[in-house]
Amino acid sequence: MRSALLDRAIDLAALLREVGDTRNGATILFVGTVRDVNDGRVVTGMEYSAYHSMAERELNEIVREASAEFGTRDIVVEHRLGTLELGDASVAIAVAHPHRGAAYDASRYVIEQLKRRVPIWKLEHYVDGTREWVDPTKSAQPAGATND
Amino acid sequence: MTVNVLLFASYADKLGTGSLSLDLEPGATVRDLLARVRELPGADRLPHEPLVAVNDRYAKSTQVIASGDEVAIIPPVAGG
Repeated sequence: MRSALLDRAIDLAALLREVGDTRNGATILFVGTVRDVNDGRVVTGMEYSAYHSMAERELNEIVREASAEFGTRDIVVEHRLGTLELGDASVAIAVAHPHRGAAYDASRYVIEQLKRRVPIWKLEHYVDGTREWVDPTKSAQPAGATND
Repeated sequence: MTVNVLLFASYADKLGTGSLSLDLEPGATVRDLLARVRELPGADRLPHEPLVAVNDRYAKSTQVIASGDEVAIIPPVAGG
């Protein structure tokens, strides 16, 4: 069980190795990436920032909850901060479990709670040179510009 | 008592700063703190009841703030 905020690229293969164990029959890797269009506007990049101490605390808490609820300690979450380009992985969640149903459920739980609770913000860069803070409470697509 | 208030993302832009130092009466609540913040230039653009965290945890408007607490006003989160 682990979570982290990163200022470098997420090593997806390393996450899979980290949750790997012969007791597990299913491993889910969720990867959220920066998408090129949000709410009909052409996106060229994204800048992530966080309230660092609280984001770490909330992420840890979510991982602990998922572990208790779905019965596996093999959960790792990493979220990137800083400037990302299109297609870059902004978040990755690796979950391994003896059975696939609980692995899927735990993975889904972590991303949904992360989007609801973790104080991370993204400043979208648009093709016309403007920038705007993403506000999922106002957006037509509540999940923002990634992970759909 | 003096309380430090952190602002982030769009809220930091609206108020033109990432942190404030407010002088509050002992026993002041989150609601009292927000009322003080609203007197500042640019704060009229904050929502009526923004999310607030005290010491890294989301707080209710009735929570009493203690001297030395770290208070943060949290814009709609957009991680992922």
